[in-house]
Amino acid sequence: MKLKGKAHKFGNNVNTDEIIPARYLNTTDPKILWKHCMEDADSSFASKVKKGDIIVAGKNFGCGSSREHAPVAIKACGVSCVIAESFARIFYRNSINIGLPILESGVASKSIMASDLVEIDLNLGIIKNVTKNEQYKARAFPKFMQKIIAAGGLMRYIKAHR
Amino acid sequence: MLLPEAGLVKPGDLVIGADSHTCTYGALGAFSTGVGSTDLAAVMATGKCWLKVPESIKFIYKGRLKKWVGGKDIILYTIGKIGVDGAVYKAMEFSGPVIKNLPMDDRFTMCNMAIEAGGKNVIIEPDEITSVYVKKGKFYKSDRNAVYSKTYEYDISKLEPQVACPHLPGNVKAVTKLRKVNIDQSFIGSCTNGRLSDLRIAARILNGKKINSRVRLIVIPATQKIYLAALKEGLLEIFLKAGGAINTPSCGPCLGGHSGILAEGEVCIATTNRNFRARMGHPKSFVYLSNAAVAAASAIKGRITHPKEII
Repeated sequence: MKLKGKAHKFGNNVNTDEIIPARYLNTTDPKILWKHCMEDADSSFASKVKKGDIIVAGKNFGCGSSREHAPVAIKACGVSCVIAESFARIFYRNSINIGLPILESGVASKSIMASDLVEIDLNLGIIKNVTKNEQYKARAFPKFMQKIIAAGGLMRYIKAHR
Repeated sequence: MLLPEAGLVKPGDLVIGADSHTCTYGALGAFSTGVGSTDLAAVMATGKCWLKVPESIKFIYKGRLKKWVGGKDIILYTIGKIGVDGAVYKAMEFSGPVIKNLPMDDRFTMCNMAIEAGGKNVIIEPDEITSVYVKKGKFYKSDRNAVYSKTYEYDISKLEPQVACPHLPGNVKAVTKLRKVNIDQSFIGSCTNGRLSDLRIAARILNGKKINSRVRLIVIPATQKIYLAALKEGLLEIFLKAGGAINTPSCGPCLGGHSGILAEGEVCIATTNRNFRARMGHPKSFVYLSNAAVAAASAIKGRITHPKEII
């Protein structure tokens, strides 16, 4: 799977309260959630993000609450992939389970700047920075996780394998 | 708090919960970790779950705790030292003479906040104190030759009550360094510190006193059982007479849910677990995390206060 979009940069320890504040958790509807995505970290994010765009962040992205609304809101924004130096564990699982592509790469996290055009080959884990003409390699997912991602999330995977 | 109270978690159990604070039950020597809702639904539907065996980090706590210092202060101190990503995807193990003597409620508080250091789970080796709380289960011991990716040793004899400042649980300072911070609200409750022992400590400080007229004091017992016990012991009367409000067991304002949502510019001291930006309300509000004694003392003075200033 190939993805392409403009980078939006965030720092370390972006937490799930910032990704989707609890005041909007009275719904699970992605069509409503996306409007408030990253609202408390960058209030203009939802209005400027375009389909295919990529979030690039530092360490421990998605720390805090186990709310699945967080990756759901990011996906519903049109974000095609999140690249971070590291992810908080529950966010990592949630993203794979709901079918939001994520990649771990310290070099990519540091080298990619806001508005850089980025191209990703998910199968190979290769991240290309088109603007800077650089290339980075992300850590590969274990096989069983790749199957969940390929199926489009855990629910679809289970339906297909039961 | 409800699950162990109902006897549903035993030492040696494997617990998967759709709440990040599921790690709390490591206090009973269970392997207990949080997941998201789809993950948990899949466990319910298939009876299966994938888990990677994490590396372990050992924490050894030595020394004697000062008065007004407990589990909350030890865990805040620890997160302050290792950072909010200091244990990402790791199993934490709390041990040493301080833990051996630590009451069950304080153990729950410490384990509750392992996730705030990024921990996958946390284990306290079950012992005599555990067996008073729960009789059944498998009391596993740590292997003598166990391999740890890191070992931290802390002497906490000089530890003062700790406070995490906005906007990260790892931004920790001694309470005495924050005397100039005025507060609008004090919240005593949550899965971190809404237990009977927390309410008793708060009541000791508030007994016969009035809270500052600028401050809202909100007390939420963690469960119905704790609520009833606090009622019978007269603790709720002490809170009411001091000028506090008591709410029905729930998460309350901890995650900005209800009853105590912060307005723009407001400052809250809370016995909860997270002080992220906008966690309890307005993006421009400020949350400080502390133990129940500090939260009660601060409600009286209207600023962040060491309990020794009151008693």
